[in-house]
Amino acid sequence: MKYQQQGLSRRSFIAGVAGSSLMMSMGSLVSGCSSEQASEALASGDLSKVFAPNIWFEINGAGEVLINIIRAEMGQHVGTSLAQIVADELGADWSKVSFKHVDTDPKWGVMVTGGSWSVHTSFTQLSQAGAAGRTVIIDAASKLMGVPAETCSAENGVVSAGDKSLTFAEIVSNGDFSRSISEEELAAMPVKSAGERKVIGRDVRNLDVAPKSEGSAVYGLDAELPGMAYAMPLLPPTRYGSTVNAIDESAAKTIPGYIGAIPINDPSQTVQGCVVVAAETLPAAMKAVKAVKVDWSAGPTANVDEAAIIAEGMRIASDPDGGTLYVNEGDIAAAKSGAAKSMAATYTTATALHFTMEPQNALVEFDAEGRCHIHAGNQWQSLILPYLAQALEMPENDIIIHQYYLGGGFGRRLFGDQMIPAALAARELGRPVKLMFDRATDSRFDCVRSPSVCAFEATFDADGALTGVDHAVAAGWPTKGMAPGFLGTGIDGKGKFDGFSISGADHWYSLPSHRVRAMNNELAQSTFLPGWLRAVGPGWISWGVESFLDEIADQMRQDPVAMRMGLLDGAGKNAGGEGSTVGGAKRLAAVLKDVSERAGWGREMPANEGLGVAVGHGQERGMPTWIACVAHVAVDPSSGDVTLKKLWQSIDVGTVVNPDGAMAQAEGAALWGVSLALHEGAQFANGEVLEQNLDRYTPLRMSDVPELDIAFVDSDEFPSGLGEPPLIPVAPAIGNAIFAATGKRVRELPIKLV
Amino acid sequence: MVNFMLNGEVVGVESDADTSLLWVLREELKLRGTKFGCGIAQCGACTVHIDGNPMRSCVTPVSAVEGRSVTTIEGLATPVGEALKTAWTEAQVPQCGYCQSGQIMQAAGLLDSNPNPSDDEIVNAMNGNLCRCMAYPRIKKAIKTAANGGAMS
Repeated sequence: MKYQQQGLSRRSFIAGVAGSSLMMSMGSLVSGCSSEQASEALASGDLSKVFAPNIWFEINGAGEVLINIIRAEMGQHVGTSLAQIVADELGADWSKVSFKHVDTDPKWGVMVTGGSWSVHTSFTQLSQAGAAGRTVIIDAASKLMGVPAETCSAENGVVSAGDKSLTFAEIVSNGDFSRSISEEELAAMPVKSAGERKVIGRDVRNLDVAPKSEGSAVYGLDAELPGMAYAMPLLPPTRYGSTVNAIDESAAKTIPGYIGAIPINDPSQTVQGCVVVAAETLPAAMKAVKAVKVDWSAGPTANVDEAAIIAEGMRIASDPDGGTLYVNEGDIAAAKSGAAKSMAATYTTATALHFTMEPQNALVEFDAEGRCHIHAGNQWQSLILPYLAQALEMPENDIIIHQYYLGGGFGRRLFGDQMIPAALAARELGRPVKLMFDRATDSRFDCVRSPSVCAFEATFDADGALTGVDHAVAAGWPTKGMAPGFLGTGIDGKGKFDGFSISGADHWYSLPSHRVRAMNNELAQSTFLPGWLRAVGPGWISWGVESFLDEIADQMRQDPVAMRMGLLDGAGKNAGGEGSTVGGAKRLAAVLKDVSERAGWGREMPANEGLGVAVGHGQERGMPTWIACVAHVAVDPSSGDVTLKKLWQSIDVGTVVNPDGAMAQAEGAALWGVSLALHEGAQFANGEVLEQNLDRYTPLRMSDVPELDIAFVDSDEFPSGLGEPPLIPVAPAIGNAIFAATGKRVRELPIKLV
Repeated sequence: MVNFMLNGEVVGVESDADTSLLWVLREELKLRGTKFGCGIAQCGACTVHIDGNPMRSCVTPVSAVEGRSVTTIEGLATPVGEALKTAWTEAQVPQCGYCQSGQIMQAAGLLDSNPNPSDDEIVNAMNGNLCRCMAYPRIKKAIKTAANGGAMS
């Protein structure tokens, strides 16, 4: 996914002194701007007109390093990991490093936290920025010490040359700085080899953990402004097309502190048919929202249910030539016409909710200059700002989103649609408004994981050898609903696809013929706003791919691990290339071998118990995180209850920046995989999700946690991402283990044997 | 006016008697370490101690704590509480962190009544506390650390 910014030219690193701090940043100069102008702008703190830094850090006179983080903190300890990369190259004393999650400003460029991208997409720039900072510090120190810069080294916040040394504090307080480093110099900047690293790969205290362990971390819902009104939304019966006929406030008007009911007219059409109920206090707003009665004309999807959405997916996925062509290797038509035998299977997944524990909320204030300040945790500020600008009919640059800790993201907070009714209500009331969704309303407003259908056909020749796999994927597409500019074009130049909702189908197995087509389920698309839920497409596509591969292995009477090893030959396009793809399918084969050995694959299992295997390659083919997973299940033959006894994973993510943080992400993502496989599922009924709270929606609890055995490959390769990938192979590994235990093939997620 | 002990000090609050303790704590008393999750006592993010017992503040009307003692995460300064907070940071338990105040309050209630819980006892006591990030293995580990090395010995 590339994001072009207009008017920006060469990337530069700029250093300058402001107050008593050394400010350093890296980014793009606006066309026509000189690096001197940028240095002046940096020192003044106003970079927006001349420079778009995506990295900006400073060292104060006490030698403390403050790093601005443009990514959202939602549990992945992202600030710590990114700060580790800068601090390592900078030669900083880790105990003096802190960071800040910044508010939106055009100077930051694109602000998005998702796709397991943060470390992968920032690593090179953060390393170069740290190295450039080290160069600037060393240059100043060498002049202060009267020694050649080449003889100096920086480590642990001290620059040393022979028996001379200066701390960063001394250098910043006394040094002479004004420096810009060109794109060419940056590219040639020496970054450390893996063996030289001191902070990367080291277990450090994640800096967000202490406030989260004593109740002092501030989330969006904790934000407060003087004079704010409280508001809660009333949602219409359908996400789209409902209109308000009448609002009856008579009962609400008896509630002390009641302010009023505001029908939301959103020019961006993102939030339709919503009424916001406002009061002086939150308890009054909670009473009022129950007392206000709204009469709506429901939109056209008021009778849609889960079965209808799945049936539509089945219908379009069964079209032999429909959809957008995404993969077309070999000759699938010839494989089919020449097949001595074929087999087909269809896999489905049900609706799933994000269910972030912090419900959606936003606090909005218009300041005296008319600028709109929005206080809310968000993952993709650059996506929602244009929607807000359209909704508020005001310039995007006059809207500022103030960042907070996110009480769960999982993709839900990639869209900030809740900000729109909050902002429109604040403008209507002429005072700050804090809008809070209660739990059921949060679930109804969720951009859920779409129900999905994967239809497969495998062909075999007269000798029983596999000759081809045809795969069709039908689902609602988040990218179509929220970021249509990012839709891809079919490989034959025809049609569109959502890359996030087809990723995973372009796997690393070598197949003689392989075709993949992507279909948009328009009934899903029109009934709800499909969302990016943790692992997105690979979360449902690999369920099908890896389960169907087991069916093929069974058909061919091959061992599931041995068959996968054979297909992971690293031939042709699966040889890999640059960056995270170095080594290609062979790295996937290596983790598969490792996990199968650790799990004791092939051993005799007790009755009604089985091992199942699956692999995943992460979020995108260009950014693979190589993971193999084995699940051990026991199935109660009378009740059909499935007990997941143990999960093994072997993970090759390349360089691990923050080992304990990486393990935490792997544990959490793997358990999400378990939850989506066995515990969580929702369904649409009458146009909206039926399971709106924990009385009906049942994510995994502590009693459901299996034994976990997760190991990382020791690697110096380029880092990939971890927030989502460990989720991906879990469900198919469980399904395949159920087959091994019972002989029963499960093809629906969540898995129900009764 | 409802009067009760909050974190060791007497407070009187103006909120309506039927207002839940959660919103009295968060909105009138500005103690925002206690979190709102589900509103139906099913997630545990709002857990506080009432007379030393972990309770769901989202379904407890403030009138029910008249004359009683309420402890929130901000006031959890017992040896057990300190041991848990230390264990929580040592085990690097929190991910998003939103549920963790409630987890710690629930765990403190467990260790107050059972200083050396078995794995099963931990699961039984903690199963009503949802962690959406699913940091459960570390929650369990931290409780065991606090029980073994903490103030109870």
